[in-house]
Amino acid sequence: MRRLNELGPGESATVVGVDDVTARDAIAGRLRDLGFVAGEPIQLVTRGPFGGEPLLVAIGGTRFALRVGEAARVRVESACRP
Amino acid sequence: MSKTAALRIALVGNPNSGKTALFNRLTGSRQKVANYAGVTVERKEGWFTGPSGRRVRVLDLPGTYSLEPTTPDEAVARDVCRGMHPDEARPDLLVCVVDATNLRLHLRFALEVRALGRPMIVALNMVDAARRRGIEVDADRLAIELGVPVVETVAIARDGAARLIAELDRHPLPEPSDVATPTDLHAEVRRLLATTVTTRAGAPALDAALDRWLLHPWLGWLVLAATMFLVFQAVFSWAAPLQEALDALVGRLGDWIAATLPEGRLASLLVDGVLAGAGTVLTFLPQILLLFLFILALEESGYLPRAAFLLDRVMTAAGLTGRSFIPLLSSFACAIPGIMATRTIQDPRDRLVTILVAPLMTCSARLPVYALLIAAFIPRRQLAFGIELQGLVLFALYVAGIASALAVSAIAKRWRRRAQPSMLLMELPSYRLPHPRDLAIGLWDRASLFVRRVGGVIVAMTVLLWFLASFPAPPPGATEPAIHHSAAGWLGRALEPLVAPLGFDWKIAIALVPGLAAREVAVAALGTVYALSGDAAAVESSLVGIVAGEWSLATGLSLLVFYVYAPMCLSTLAVIRRETGGWRHVIVAAGYLFALAYLASLLTFQLASRLE
Ligand SMILES: Nc1nc2c(ncn2[C@@H]2O[C@H](COP(=O)(O)OP(=O)(O)O)[C@@H](O)[C@H]2O)c(=O)[nH]1
Repeated sequence: MRRLNELGPGESATVVGVDDVTARDAIAGRLRDLGFVAGEPIQLVTRGPFGGEPLLVAIGGTRFALRVGEAARVRVESACRP
Repeated sequence: MSKTAALRIALVGNPNSGKTALFNRLTGSRQKVANYAGVTVERKEGWFTGPSGRRVRVLDLPGTYSLEPTTPDEAVARDVCRGMHPDEARPDLLVCVVDATNLRLHLRFALEVRALGRPMIVALNMVDAARRRGIEVDADRLAIELGVPVVETVAIARDGAARLIAELDRHPLPEPSDVATPTDLHAEVRRLLATTVTTRAGAPALDAALDRWLLHPWLGWLVLAATMFLVFQAVFSWAAPLQEALDALVGRLGDWIAATLPEGRLASLLVDGVLAGAGTVLTFLPQILLLFLFILALEESGYLPRAAFLLDRVMTAAGLTGRSFIPLLSSFACAIPGIMATRTIQDPRDRLVTILVAPLMTCSARLPVYALLIAAFIPRRQLAFGIELQGLVLFALYVAGIASALAVSAIAKRWRRRAQPSMLLMELPSYRLPHPRDLAIGLWDRASLFVRRVGGVIVAMTVLLWFLASFPAPPPGATEPAIHHSAAGWLGRALEPLVAPLGFDWKIAIALVPGLAAREVAVAALGTVYALSGDAAAVESSLVGIVAGEWSLATGLSLLVFYVYAPMCLSTLAVIRRETGGWRHVIVAAGYLFALAYLASLLTFQLASRLE
């Protein structure tokens, strides 16, 4: 099991779920609202210019910018890797 | 029946669904922008009359991703939708705007709204863009599945809202949907997409291609820097001809008044007070409008969130967040909308720091001051690559403001540790060509706000100054100019020892006082002071000429630097009070800004006068 922030640039995967880091985690809740739900294909498009942050993520035709801490809440499962 | 009570509808939808464009399409210029009491969430209302004569009042709610709010904006949208907002009657009908090219995200929200059990219409917007991308949505089928009317709209096309208007004009109104909403909204969205959408394209190729360049680790930065630089060059050089024309017009009006009215107090009040005040500032309107226009265009095109993406890391290092970029950029036009835009920052600490440094962004009210001083002291010279020296200095002043803001927020970061990590989580919308009509309406909103300020505060202040500068009248046989004996002259001389180390004389000191109300008043005030103190020659030449002749370069530079920092804007301080809910942060902001202004000016003047 990997986390979204561990994907390499251009790598695709499938979302498994979003973890709550705190009780009533607002960030996790919003991630789910934005469509980070199990079974959804996801791609890490690129990373920001400094320190690889933020991450540019494509999910279902929408692009989001996420910080590493936010991406680390998303568990993913590698799609067929070369 | 339809004539008496207007139908009250509210537009809801995700950000970037084209809600603003649709609102503009429906209501045209019949809009009113205000604030909700207590919170500073913008309330936009407009109206139109349907073909049957039914009047429809349209409320444009803030864009929101979910009815589970994370910002004050989103909380207002939720409360109004549920009919629980204290100041807003429950809308008769909700129009949920969804982007046909982004249904996976937007339909989930539509389902959430449907679950409220209110009468509702889904506006399937951007169907033109969807078709171009090969996405076909079966609106009739979607309407059956959702149990509510679904109408296609193209908010940016003439007649693009015709079907929506027809639906809103129908009697009776649609009933709330009787379809039960399942708990797993995402699964339901997938089912809806599978049954009603034929091609589900991924991210459009254009976005991917543009992002590859615009978010490239160093090319992206190059583009960002070039864009900002271009904006400031344009603001300074393209506006010049218009400004000269307005200037000439104001001058001609002054001549006409002087020639028509008998010489005396009244003519002096009109020419030296009212016209010097309003006119001087009005001539800077072209520059301010150009700046607004660029910001609006960048906002509409979808580039601004990309800039926030590039800057997030740098801004977090400086104790801010990528989301601070948009409020701070708006502050280049005016700190007030900028400070209000900080509502999109969820983290209270990030928000507070952004508010505190927003006044350091060079707002348009400083432009008149900068423009005057640059014109007076910096030679008009072409440097290499078509870069103009005056534009370069202006750019440097902007950079000085930004650098100071980063430094201040970095210090503030050490002061207050954050309670929890802040959130970025930002959608990067598809790139779009900004639409002229929406630009025009946005520009009109902002321009009329600015002119109202010119009309009110500034004219009042210059007229007040005219009185202070004209009375008491000089004793008979006095040799100094009249202003020397007036209340203003007295006040200026009292302040002089305080500002002398900065290279300011008593006339500048006078201008600084009404400049407290709003920065641009300082220029108008200088105009009034010199008009009233001058010999004939000085009055005839422009203010630029007077300033260039009377002041040393060191004084000019010192005043420029003073205005980079000075907290000279009561409205900004008032907004900080409202946004932070107390005086504490107002005092912090005013105090640190004034201290910085004084120190920086002192340093500049002392250094420059040694080097001269
Ligand atoms: N092609 C197309 N573009 C649209 C349509 N409606 C809005 N837009 C564009 O989409 C962008 C976002 O629209 P805006 O009204 O600002 O979205 P809001 O965030 O929901 O208020 C703007 O650049 C609009 O010009 C539409 O029906 N078709």
